[in-house]
Amino acid sequence: MAEERVPTIIAHNAHVVYRIVGATTPGSGSPLASFKRLVTGTKSAAIREVHAVKGVSFIAYRGEAIGLIGSNGSGKSTLLRAIAGLIPVERGGAIYAAGQPSLLGVNAALMNDLSGERNVVLGCLAMGMTPAEVKAKTKDIIDFSGINERGDFSSLPMRTYSSGMGARLRFSIAAAKKHDVLLIDEALATGDAKFRRRSEQRVRDLREEAGTVFLVSHSEQSIRDTCERTIWLESGVIRADGPTEDVMQEYEAYMRK
Amino acid sequence: MSQTAVARTDTGESLKELAHRHGLSSAGALPSLMAYTKQIWAYRHFITSYANARVSSSLGTTHLGMFWQVLTPLFNAAVYYVIFGVILNTKSGVGNFIAYLCTGVFIYGFTSAVVSAGVQSITSNLGLIRALHFPRASLPISIVLVEVRNLMASMLVLIAIVLITGEPITLEWLLMVPALLLQTIFNAGLAMFGARVGSKLIDVKNLIPFIMRIWMYGSAVLYPVQRFTDHLQGWKLHLVLANPLLVYIELMRHALMENVKLAGSPRLLWTEAVAWAAVVGIIGYIFFWRGEKGYGRG
Repeated sequence: MAEERVPTIIAHNAHVVYRIVGATTPGSGSPLASFKRLVTGTKSAAIREVHAVKGVSFIAYRGEAIGLIGSNGSGKSTLLRAIAGLIPVERGGAIYAAGQPSLLGVNAALMNDLSGERNVVLGCLAMGMTPAEVKAKTKDIIDFSGINERGDFSSLPMRTYSSGMGARLRFSIAAAKKHDVLLIDEALATGDAKFRRRSEQRVRDLREEAGTVFLVSHSEQSIRDTCERTIWLESGVIRADGPTEDVMQEYEAYMRK
Repeated sequence: MSQTAVARTDTGESLKELAHRHGLSSAGALPSLMAYTKQIWAYRHFITSYANARVSSSLGTTHLGMFWQVLTPLFNAAVYYVIFGVILNTKSGVGNFIAYLCTGVFIYGFTSAVVSAGVQSITSNLGLIRALHFPRASLPISIVLVEVRNLMASMLVLIAIVLITGEPITLEWLLMVPALLLQTIFNAGLAMFGARVGSKLIDVKNLIPFIMRIWMYGSAVLYPVQRFTDHLQGWKLHLVLANPLLVYIELMRHALMENVKLAGSPRLLWTEAVAWAAVVGIIGYIFFWRGEKGYGRG
């Protein structure tokens, strides 16, 4: 059976370290302290390295929907970004992927001073669509997001949107493209119940078209609904990997402690 | 952990071999220079609309909007005219000093704006870089496009100033086009070089104002280039005269103005302009491409 399944993502001992600049610790803020660090050659306290993912290995196959769970700060989003190739993996490990995995997150930065409609165009072009495709899809995307349900919001700057509306528009943009591997970061947790139902349906559609779906969510229900396999990440290490029901039970037991 | 994953293959082959057998590619692999160039070409529509978006989002919140693209160079020229033309009266041997000065200020301003925005093009867009997949060179290139747009407005103002101060329209004006083209390539190389340096050495952005200021004084923007030829000899003079910014400014003065003493013969200036554009353009591009996969780390 293993021979018939086609792997789409293979992570092999993946470590991810990223740098944070501007993290200050007490007592390091004065010019004298900075100068002392420079002279004594100690590492600047303003640059901190965060080891977010520590040696993760797994194989994901075509047709799978995999839930990624774990407490806050356990490295779920960072792992997704590493799979998408947006943050590099440290030497010694590697992540192999079929095609170009696309990350679909509510954090996707769009330009707040521009109208919703121009953000749709910009976002689609940034995903590699041609201008003709963008033109054909713009209306569908805005309709799907439902931001025009209460008046013409698509021509207003995005900074005037409520956080829910912004998140819905971002989800709609990212979900407009067919993906080989789709990585969804908390996107389903946004919006009202009506939009959530719609977006879950869209994820199921995308899953049929696409090979593999990864879903990061704190909503246990949406993971149970969409994923048959779940990976539990804790402090950057995989604690469990298996059928959703089994992993969820372990996870819930752990979280109750 | 890894045991569960490896056990799934049932065959005991390593993950690397499995990936290879199914034609999966490593997410961190650098594309070839050719493939990278093709990617950038495929993203040309994104680059131009991102540049347009940057202009409208920076000017969209003002009442006058796009009109500022023309107003900014006008004010710029007015300030320099009042200080150097009226108060200090630094004409010293140049017939049409106002046109001479404004050409220098606008051409210098083009490179200066590209460098200061280019150094921050990666660090200020980390959110976008960590969210979407596009060739990262799109960011510094779109910054160059933004400044080309601003330059077009400046050039309109400059042409008006040159005409008002009594210069005739000649065939040599056509030389503006190749001169600006070469400077744009030079600037794109600088922007890409600066973008990678700025993404690793964040403190560089604090040095840029000083670097650009010394570069301005070394490029005969505010005073005639004869100050250099009169007072410097030997290697110092050669160093100053090879300065690419001085070369591009002099070429523009040569194109727009009739009686102007240049730093060198036009043939020498054009050779230098082409050489600088080629060297800085290619080195900047290759240097940026080498770092492509690491920009998301921060």
